[in-house]
Amino acid sequence: MQLFKPLLLLLLLYSGLVAASPLAELAHADPADRAGLITQWTVQADGPRRQAVAALEEGRLFSSTDGNHVLLQGVDGKLSDVDNGQPVAGDAASLDTLPVNNSVRSALEAFHAASDLADPERSKRLSAIQALQDSANPGLLPLLLSRQQQEQDSQVKQALLVASSRLQLASPDAAQRLQAIHTLADSADPATQTLLAPLADSASESDARVRAAATQAVADIKASQWRYNMLGYAFSGISLGSVLLLAALGLAITYGLLGVINMAHGEMLMIGAYASYVVQNLFRSWWPGAFDAYLLAALPVAFAVTFVIGMALERLIIRHLYGRPLETLLATWGISLMLIQAVRMLFGAQNVEVANPSWLSGGWVITPALTLPYNRLAIIAFVAGVLLLTWLALNKTRLGLFVRAVTQNRRMADSVGVPTGKVDMLAFGLGSGIAGLGGVALSQIGNVGPELGQGYIVDSFMVVVLGGVGQLAGTVTGAMGLGIVNKILEPSLGAVLGKILILGFIILFIQKRPQGLFALKGRVLD
Amino acid sequence: MQSALSLRLAHRIGPLPLKLAGAAALAVLLAMPALHLWTDPASSLHVSAYTLTLVGKILCYAIVALAMDLVWGYTGLLSLGHGLFFALGGYGMGMYLMRAIGHDGNYQSDLPDFMVFLDWKTLPWFWQGSEHLAWALCLAVGVPGLLALVFGWLAFRSRIKGVYFSIMTQALTYAAMLLFFRNETGFGGNNGFTDFKRILGYGIAEPATRATLFLLTVLLLVAALAAGFWLVNSKFGRILTAIRDAESRLMFCGYNPLYYKLFIWVASAMLCGLAGALYVPQVGIINPGEMSPANSIEIAIWVAVGGRGSLIGPVLGAGFINAAKSWFTVAFPEYWLFFLGALFIATTLFLPRGLLGLLRRHKENA
Repeated sequence: MQLFKPLLLLLLLYSGLVAASPLAELAHADPADRAGLITQWTVQADGPRRQAVAALEEGRLFSSTDGNHVLLQGVDGKLSDVDNGQPVAGDAASLDTLPVNNSVRSALEAFHAASDLADPERSKRLSAIQALQDSANPGLLPLLLSRQQQEQDSQVKQALLVASSRLQLASPDAAQRLQAIHTLADSADPATQTLLAPLADSASESDARVRAAATQAVADIKASQWRYNMLGYAFSGISLGSVLLLAALGLAITYGLLGVINMAHGEMLMIGAYASYVVQNLFRSWWPGAFDAYLLAALPVAFAVTFVIGMALERLIIRHLYGRPLETLLATWGISLMLIQAVRMLFGAQNVEVANPSWLSGGWVITPALTLPYNRLAIIAFVAGVLLLTWLALNKTRLGLFVRAVTQNRRMADSVGVPTGKVDMLAFGLGSGIAGLGGVALSQIGNVGPELGQGYIVDSFMVVVLGGVGQLAGTVTGAMGLGIVNKILEPSLGAVLGKILILGFIILFIQKRPQGLFALKGRVLD
Repeated sequence: MQSALSLRLAHRIGPLPLKLAGAAALAVLLAMPALHLWTDPASSLHVSAYTLTLVGKILCYAIVALAMDLVWGYTGLLSLGHGLFFALGGYGMGMYLMRAIGHDGNYQSDLPDFMVFLDWKTLPWFWQGSEHLAWALCLAVGVPGLLALVFGWLAFRSRIKGVYFSIMTQALTYAAMLLFFRNETGFGGNNGFTDFKRILGYGIAEPATRATLFLLTVLLLVAALAAGFWLVNSKFGRILTAIRDAESRLMFCGYNPLYYKLFIWVASAMLCGLAGALYVPQVGIINPGEMSPANSIEIAIWVAVGGRGSLIGPVLGAGFINAAKSWFTVAFPEYWLFFLGALFIATTLFLPRGLLGLLRRHKENA
């Protein structure tokens, strides 16, 4: 007993000191327990504890040369004993800092995250929750639950719920596990699938009800993931379809009107894209403050340039080849070769860089499994606008009336006084101009190079074949259908086989409907 | 009205000066291999290996142009996919040539190098038997023929014609090009076939082999011309031109154009395949680039420049444009596409009957 007295006294003294100074407690803790201590503090962090943790983290705690004391380096660089605060002479550079190993480091991360949970900045709270749920520390559960009560933001609240449920999965209480499984099943986060898998396994989970719930939840998450994947494909399909639509719209108008294929139509896309490149460079050098607006300025420029080129083509070449559609095809191919080579000589054979304005970068996060990029969304909206304008132009203006009349019966329209030559020229300009606008849109999602348009002529003609000519609805259906089918086939078959399958489908399709989906009825036979 | 003119053109190709010119050209072509083999390289009469290969290549193109003229000039079907048939024939021959390399490849394996590179252990099923030249030739002719048969039957049955037909053929060759660019398709992907060593045991670069291949090409061209003339001047040929000029009327007369179109379409594709099979051993490479839509459209311009519906015109057109190309791409590489593009436009605008039509008009005016 005598023997133990000093020891007991020491212990009492020690624990008294511990109660007085978290710094000393942390400093004297066994290195293996230090991470546990920090984790314990995570839930009840206060000023002195924060300072103690900060001192450890910043490497300001040293063990003394004899190993019995721990010294703190103050902000002034002086050393003091952590137990009594007495200054100690010595040079910090010659001493060893207390070690910070990996488990301490991750405990530190969680410690900071816990304090960030109440941060006024929303993004900080979200990343703190992410860090906490990755630390998998069950002790954090009360903290997360209490934050859940106070949190106002619904998305942060949802994240807190998911994080606390993930921790609850490890709870010994089957009811809590069950509750957590239900919460997670609703969250549709793909990462939870791997968390739930062990609970569905009889080797690691004893409670049959929990197993059943987990199995169900995994199936639910898989199903919702499949749904989101499909939504994602449908979205990229619609975005591909809208690009195709911009390319095919002009083609459908001119093909319906003149019965000729303009092989240089793809080059109008390319010229539109280069127009936005030029406008971008002008803004960059003359008006960098308004750089984000360059895209809006590029639209009328691209339209005007391609409108004029289209009209010139019609007047100078295509007009002379009426009634000879195959020769027109070859002549316009010649034009496309010359345009490509001209652009190559002007701007170089390499792709040029067209930057996204800042309001088009980033995306709209719907769920963790589905993000819609802003540039694609903007293109879809843009195409809808162009489509509306085209519809108005074709259905509500005098020119549109003439275009439709000539499309349906050129000779009759001519006889009743429609200036068919002028209509042809303007319609050709309009079709080219729409392609030019399409080029501006393409410059935001892909590479801009001299061969940009070459890849689109086949696809956009397939749209025309599928949709038929003379009606916008046909082109829209054709473009969207091709775009979506393309994107749905792509993941399972690969892009190339998907394309070949679609081509085969189109060949079979025109067996049944040679005039496309939306054919104008007529009684003309040559 | 087109038919009458071009038919007369075909008949009038016979006048003496043209006959003499044709005989002279044939004599020169037949003499070229001999001059390559048996003259001193230093002498001015010597034909270098480069020239012989270049002319042999152009002769293969001429055969393709002839085949194109049969379907476009006479039947009015503008195919933008003849490059595909040509390339398929080339690939058929290439398969044999790859197998004939034997163990002399970089990897000293039974398999062609690119398969070793892809870590394949056995030949894919469609390579079986390709070590026999006869089977490879069957493939070179049969595969384009079969493809043309299936595609043509589907297209002609639903009466697809005009630009619709053209674009469908273009889509076909485009899709095939994408397919052949893939390594997994089993035809060497991007690089295609090259580094051939021998054919039937003879070294592929030996003068005698070159001369033989050249002679075979000349013979095929002459045979194709002869068969073509016979065909277009037969009753069958008249129906073809009728299809081109007034298909509906022909149908009202009780003909079903389907089988006429299908026959000439498949025959043309097979001829292209054969030309491709002769082309590959001469130039020593085949890759998916041959299937690019641009190549196929170029074939159409050879025909248009020479003069459609005359058989001899496309042969001249192919010769003229390809000779111009090999000169241009060396002298002014940047302006070749301008020249070609301008040629497309000028021919369609000002020379609807091609160079041959120009000759004829000149003669008529005189």
